[in-house]
Amino acid sequence: MSSVATTRPVLTAERDEGIRPTVRSRLQEALPKIVLAPSFAAIVVFVYGFILWTAYLSFTTSKAFPSTNWDGLRSYEKLWRWTFESSPPSSWYTSITNMGIFGFLYVFFCLAIGLGLAILLDQKIRGEGVLRPIYLYPMALSFIVTGVAWKWFLDPGLGLEQTLHNLGWTSFHFDWIKNKDFVIYTVVIAGVWQASGFVMAMFLAGLRGIDGEIMKAAQIDGASPLQLYRRIIIPLLRPVFLSAFIVLAHMAIKSYDLVVALTSGGPGGSAWLPSNFMYEYTFKRNQMAVGSASAIIMLMGISAIIVPYLYSELREKSR
Amino acid sequence: MTALPFDSPETPHAHDMGQDTGRGWRITNRIVIYGLLVLFAVLYLMPLFVMLVTSFKTMDEIQGGNMLALPQSPTLEPWAKAWGETCVGLTCAGIKGYFWNSLKMVVPAVLISTLLGALNGYVLTKWRFRGHNLVFGLMLFACFIPFQSVLLPMATILGSIGRFGVTLQNAFGTSLGLGNPTVNLVFVHVVYGLGFTTLFFRNYYEAFPSELVKAAQIDGASFFQIFRRIMLPNSLPIFVVTVIYQFTNIWNDFLFASAYAGTGESMPMTVALNNVVNTSTGVVEYNVNMAAAMIAALPTLLVYVVAGRYFVRGLMAGAVKG
Repeated sequence: MSSVATTRPVLTAERDEGIRPTVRSRLQEALPKIVLAPSFAAIVVFVYGFILWTAYLSFTTSKAFPSTNWDGLRSYEKLWRWTFESSPPSSWYTSITNMGIFGFLYVFFCLAIGLGLAILLDQKIRGEGVLRPIYLYPMALSFIVTGVAWKWFLDPGLGLEQTLHNLGWTSFHFDWIKNKDFVIYTVVIAGVWQASGFVMAMFLAGLRGIDGEIMKAAQIDGASPLQLYRRIIIPLLRPVFLSAFIVLAHMAIKSYDLVVALTSGGPGGSAWLPSNFMYEYTFKRNQMAVGSASAIIMLMGISAIIVPYLYSELREKSR
Repeated sequence: MTALPFDSPETPHAHDMGQDTGRGWRITNRIVIYGLLVLFAVLYLMPLFVMLVTSFKTMDEIQGGNMLALPQSPTLEPWAKAWGETCVGLTCAGIKGYFWNSLKMVVPAVLISTLLGALNGYVLTKWRFRGHNLVFGLMLFACFIPFQSVLLPMATILGSIGRFGVTLQNAFGTSLGLGNPTVNLVFVHVVYGLGFTTLFFRNYYEAFPSELVKAAQIDGASFFQIFRRIMLPNSLPIFVVTVIYQFTNIWNDFLFASAYAGTGESMPMTVALNNVVNTSTGVVEYNVNMAAAMIAALPTLLVYVVAGRYFVRGLMAGAVKG
């Protein structure tokens, strides 16, 4: 830092340049913006510009190739019609029903298991340093690896079912991964396995951040441990619930890889989520406009969750 | 970006469930707690364990045997085959090429996005201008978009760049890397990683004393001098966090990889792994599949084992802002 102090004072520099600001000093002044500009431009073009482009495509007749023929709301009308086509289920109907099932169970179980493990780990546990990383490591794996591992584990002919048969429990049946009505639940299992440890870490950090005085006061007042958790600690964890919910909900909507690796889409596409629907319709079924419309619907879903959250976060900060 | 409180297990706040109840109850209580914790640990380890033991078994042993049993005659054959011989689509040269593809993509993408994130975070905290919050907000929201909403336009643009590359190739004998799938993926990952890296550095530099920057400014230090001499030497922790976060994310990415380098020589590891597993020609060699999956998982697992603390911190920074 001493080298900074020895450089020429800024005042002399300005005197040298006279009263009129030179090009050089103007450049100096604009430098921070110039440095930020490429990144910001990239985001504006490749995120927001591309979103608009996708939205535009969803209003055209694009099939295998992008087209500029305006087609109004046709793609959205299609998706709307498919939303209610339940027997036989349209791909879109399957995708959004699965989204509902997967989204709800994934978020619920991750929160429940995450909170449960965090509370258990917070009981002055010996060996916490060993247990914590075990709950968390799945988060470091790619969804593809998780999918491959669980695909093997849940395969009726090889994995859990076969193993239990070999051990003598021959009536055991677990073929969800091959069953079109249940395949989405296997995605829930693998997804919860991957993310619940991370939620545990969030809750644990929250628990350790609670002021010990509050707890002592409650204990002196004769609160039982159960009451302590239900009435005091869990309500204090509300911000963690909110952050965890936001993270999980947005991960759920973005889930794509896991379905591909674990189920290859499931029998007849029965494990699809909207993300898979988008990919298949856009790149494989030559229905680009419909695919784009589904992408825009996904974006609106995520925005409904994220925008209010970010807005309140940023406003709080600037205050 | 403070150190996570749970890094020290013996904090005074640890909340004891059975404080002033009977001794017998207390012991039962402890047994139940430890029992549940160990049960969950076993559940979490199970898939990795099964994957690992399967990768050391012969096919005969897999077909007849118990997936939980340790290999009777451990063999490295499946690993060697996964690395050097197994078929990915129609080419049967193992996954080693794809492993290097991933590495060639990850390293530049991580470095560029991290460095840009550092500069952006520096500008957004120490050189604020009107509207800096809006700029940050727009960059932040970009972290959360479903990439499906930009997938198709990016494919179109990369396609045109590729055609331009071919023209260059024909005219001057070099395409300058335009149209190269690895270069494309580096570009895509830098662009869509910028939001996160900027977020990390912005939140870190927010807590960095502005007085130091002001003092240096008065002493005549330039924008880049301050960055190099004052900010960078104090940024090691956040660099580690960001590099690990980006490394894990980019290594594990599947959507961009399959959309922009889904076929041929240049696919990254995740796509290749998915192809190995779903190749349906002949007998499915589960041991080789598991070995391939382990190889794909090793780099990120290694990072997690070596720098788990920073890994978690990155995840949390992406989740809980500030």
